[in-house]
Amino acid sequence: MKSLLSILNNTRIRSIGYQVITLSLVVLFFAFIINNASSNLVEQGIASGFDFLNSTTGFDIASSLIHYDSSSTYLRLFNAALLNTLLVSFISIIFATIIGFSVGIIRLSNHPIASRIAAAYVETLRNIPLLLQVFFWYFAVLQPLPSPRASIDFFNLVFLNNRGLHLPSPELSGHVGLFFSVVIISALLLLYWYKQSKKYRISKGRNRNKSWWYWRVIPLLAVSLAIYNAANIGVNWSLPELTGFNFEGGGVITPEFFALFIALSTYTGAYIAENVRSGIQSIDKGQVEAARAIGLSPFNIMRFIIIPNAMRVIIPPLTNQYLTLTKNSSLAAAIAYPDIVLVFAGTALNQTGQAVEILLMVMLVYLFISLVIALLMNIYNKHFLLIER
Amino acid sequence: MRTITASFLFSASLLLMPTAFASTLDTVKDRGSVKCGVTNGLTGFSNPDKQGNWEGMDVDVCRAIAAAVLGDASKVTYVPTSSKTRFTALQTGEIDILSRVTTWTLSRDSKLGLNFAGVNLYDGQGFMVRKDLGIKSAKELNGASICMNTGTSTETNIADFFSANNLNYKTVLFEKSSEVASAYDLGRCDVYTSDKSGLAAQRLKMQKPDDHIILEETISKEPLGPAVRHGDDEWFDVVKWSLMALIEAEELAITQSNIDTFKNTKNPRIARFLGTSGENGKNLKLAPEWSANIIKAVGNYGEIYARNVGEKSQLKIPRGLNKLWSDGGILYAIPLH
Amino acid sequence: MTTPFNNNSRYKKSRYQQWYEALFGSKINSVLTIASLYFLYVTIPPMLNWAIFEANWLGSNASDCNSSGACWVYISVWWQQLLFGQYPSEELWRLVLCSGLFIILLTALILHKRLRAPLPKRLLLISTLLYPFIAFALMYGGFFGLAIVETRFWGGLFLTLVIAVVGITTSFPLGLLLALGRQSTLKIVRLFCIGFIELWRGVPLITVLFMASVMFPLFMPQGVNVDSLLRVLVGVSLFAAAYMAEIIRGGLQAIPKGQYEAAKATGLSYWQAMFMIILPQAITLVIPGIVSAFISLIKETTLVYIIGMFDFLGIVQFTASNSEWIRYTKEGYIFVGLVFWVICYSLSRYSRTLEQKPSNQH
Repeated sequence: MKSLLSILNNTRIRSIGYQVITLSLVVLFFAFIINNASSNLVEQGIASGFDFLNSTTGFDIASSLIHYDSSSTYLRLFNAALLNTLLVSFISIIFATIIGFSVGIIRLSNHPIASRIAAAYVETLRNIPLLLQVFFWYFAVLQPLPSPRASIDFFNLVFLNNRGLHLPSPELSGHVGLFFSVVIISALLLLYWYKQSKKYRISKGRNRNKSWWYWRVIPLLAVSLAIYNAANIGVNWSLPELTGFNFEGGGVITPEFFALFIALSTYTGAYIAENVRSGIQSIDKGQVEAARAIGLSPFNIMRFIIIPNAMRVIIPPLTNQYLTLTKNSSLAAAIAYPDIVLVFAGTALNQTGQAVEILLMVMLVYLFISLVIALLMNIYNKHFLLIER
Repeated sequence: MRTITASFLFSASLLLMPTAFASTLDTVKDRGSVKCGVTNGLTGFSNPDKQGNWEGMDVDVCRAIAAAVLGDASKVTYVPTSSKTRFTALQTGEIDILSRVTTWTLSRDSKLGLNFAGVNLYDGQGFMVRKDLGIKSAKELNGASICMNTGTSTETNIADFFSANNLNYKTVLFEKSSEVASAYDLGRCDVYTSDKSGLAAQRLKMQKPDDHIILEETISKEPLGPAVRHGDDEWFDVVKWSLMALIEAEELAITQSNIDTFKNTKNPRIARFLGTSGENGKNLKLAPEWSANIIKAVGNYGEIYARNVGEKSQLKIPRGLNKLWSDGGILYAIPLH
Repeated sequence: MTTPFNNNSRYKKSRYQQWYEALFGSKINSVLTIASLYFLYVTIPPMLNWAIFEANWLGSNASDCNSSGACWVYISVWWQQLLFGQYPSEELWRLVLCSGLFIILLTALILHKRLRAPLPKRLLLISTLLYPFIAFALMYGGFFGLAIVETRFWGGLFLTLVIAVVGITTSFPLGLLLALGRQSTLKIVRLFCIGFIELWRGVPLITVLFMASVMFPLFMPQGVNVDSLLRVLVGVSLFAAAYMAEIIRGGLQAIPKGQYEAAKATGLSYWQAMFMIILPQAITLVIPGIVSAFISLIKETTLVYIIGMFDFLGIVQFTASNSEWIRYTKEGYIFVGLVFWVICYSLSRYSRTLEQKPSNQH
């Protein structure tokens, strides 16, 4: 009895015991649900497995960045829907950041009216459910727009109606891939040279000679021009044109995309504005006074003192906002934007009936996106921390 | 530690023991009510009024079954389901019968673990457009934007129809029919496609119903019917034959109002129907007057049709295929004996 | 450019001068002034016109709304559905009683320290612990001869609040365990907690709700049926627990190491140290965080509409399927938005006052 007690009181044994219990509980739980699910599926004759990914879908979706039609497979549908999710998230993140920073800064300004409007904006948007805002924007955007035949047109190039904003879009011909890789490589080279010259300036205290630049930029330009010629790039503008019911040709921004994008970026912008505000407020006043004392202009104080300092405080919550925005893009399901939740966890799930497989795929995708954004922002954050001296 | 682990394994094995499904018929009799999966609200099929009383074609099917099994058509528990949750609700026993404008297809019958017990409405997919577009035929719809519900057979039908006719189109898909209707009404789409009966119901909800027409063409077969769980034949039979009883009654010209006048009938078919002779009730494990109860509660097929979607309703959908075989339709009751 | 730091107060200026400088002191300020005045001019008068001056206030059906303004008749016709869903009218007193008790309890909890003779702690504790059971008995029925009201009749603001309150309350103990587990020295426990937390935090609530409505049922043994609201509640609680765990972890990390060491030195066991020393301090620190988690949860609860439940927002959509009222859903949206705003804004003010109050408990 005594020995048993002493064993129980031994911390190492106890900790192993706890872990064994946790592990067995987890294993049992999964065994329980997997067993139930498989017996349910088998006994009721419900199809299972991932074979459906290779079968054709038989239906269309509203818009897609890659080629997709009703003879494509479910796997391709998955990719197309995923790209739509990423597209709306990416663009909304950019605009939410712009809105957030401007509103946050205006809110802290000494302008009596503007700062109050900014405060009202933040407090209104943050306290109303996003789903309601998405509905509002969708129907508010849709209602006043005219039908395609009565489109509002700008110079006969851009048309606005309740099917969306129709824009001319360039169609490139020739060796497009080659051309773009040259553009990207040149941009990277220029960035690299810029960094090098900055390093030089910091260590030597003077700028590089102009000739140093000439020797690099002119050959680069020459090579790029030569490749451009060789690639034989032709630009053919595809113009939107009213044929029958709708505009054909050109690109289109659909009302669904627009409503989701506006709702996501204004809502998240309000949160980012608060992060920016608290970031700026966390800065030591002495820094700003010092900057003013050495004669920096207000704009330069913002640019060189406040923003870089505040960024360190802002970035961690900013990451969170980006993650939240990406997850919130799933509200597309409410307004017909073909994202992964509407198309894959919606249509595909209903057509195939394979709820378990499809929902697992969708959840894993979001998990993966979250982890990637977290990773990227961690790297960026480290960069900001490193230059701290 | 060992005892702990052992007791865990023991309790786990208890949890994991497969519990057999009790037969649905017995469950329903014990519970005293039929759990019926319906829509969230579709005029003519299953629609709650402001007091929460359900009415419609699909609702009457459930009421008929409650009358047959329990002798009381009001003993139905309505469970609103969405197009996404409907099959799961049936598979997992949340509902006993799915009566929710659901199209009978091979893949649903085989892959989803359910059985369709018959057809209560032969419908087909159609198109609704604005009158001022001046369109007469679906073949003129090249390049149109089309609003529809996601998760239904309409999506695949549309893709088939447009590619077969070499036409272009753009889809706008919504989860809920109320959103499809408002988006179409606001002009987001040129065309609203759905089952024709559903279109007739949605047309009434437009701001100006008269501005919209439903095109003549029908591009698909949509046999709508109630479904039950796969593998419970007893219950499957009850639902199947309750549907047949509705049609049989119309063939025999038995209605809700005249059923009592047949009491002393000499016609053996009617006598079997009323349960005064034969063993129909016993074979189905139901009361002998099961089919008479159905008619007393909801009327025969023709009455149900007229009341909910036909000439006596707002929808006024012509009976078409849903006439009796003897009148040129395809309704045909399998003999009840 | 205006900077957030305005320290031009070396000499006193008249009020007028201050205003002038703020409005037109620099080019940018002047532009801001004109732009914001124009913005107010464009938005405020038409809004007031629509919402108040030209609105229809009285009537009993949609045809009473004949002027160009808002149709507030909508609210007076649908208020019962908006607040309580399809809950039977003759049983409504139960919900009213329930919310009355809730308000009394909440006031007692907030005020009891300020009362001259504070309420006995035990009474308060017991009534707090009892409340959920009483509330459930009242809402669902089946006890004391109350008729059962099945959860599919629950709806409106009532359902929204039930989901949010149950979600936040059940997520607290779960989140606490997860937070402790994440800090634990036991490797498997820690890994499990990290995995659990990151999994739920990485996915959107809507997928969790889809899971609750179409996947959970398949995970149950055959023949076992779980009420659809209960499934949603389980999903929401697990989801909220992951966020709660991270909030509580923040509090745990803010407690100085010395406290942990001192507790250990006095011979307290892990659980004693946690419950007597660490957690009371940590939880006081994170109350504002919990309130904001509650705010987000209230807002996110609207997503249950997508899986077909008639919550506060869902009722507005439901009225849209009624041809008479379909044109007035805008009023419904605005009403719902306003109510959400009042609830969330007052909660956030409350959490801000908590933040500003110095913790003087220890």
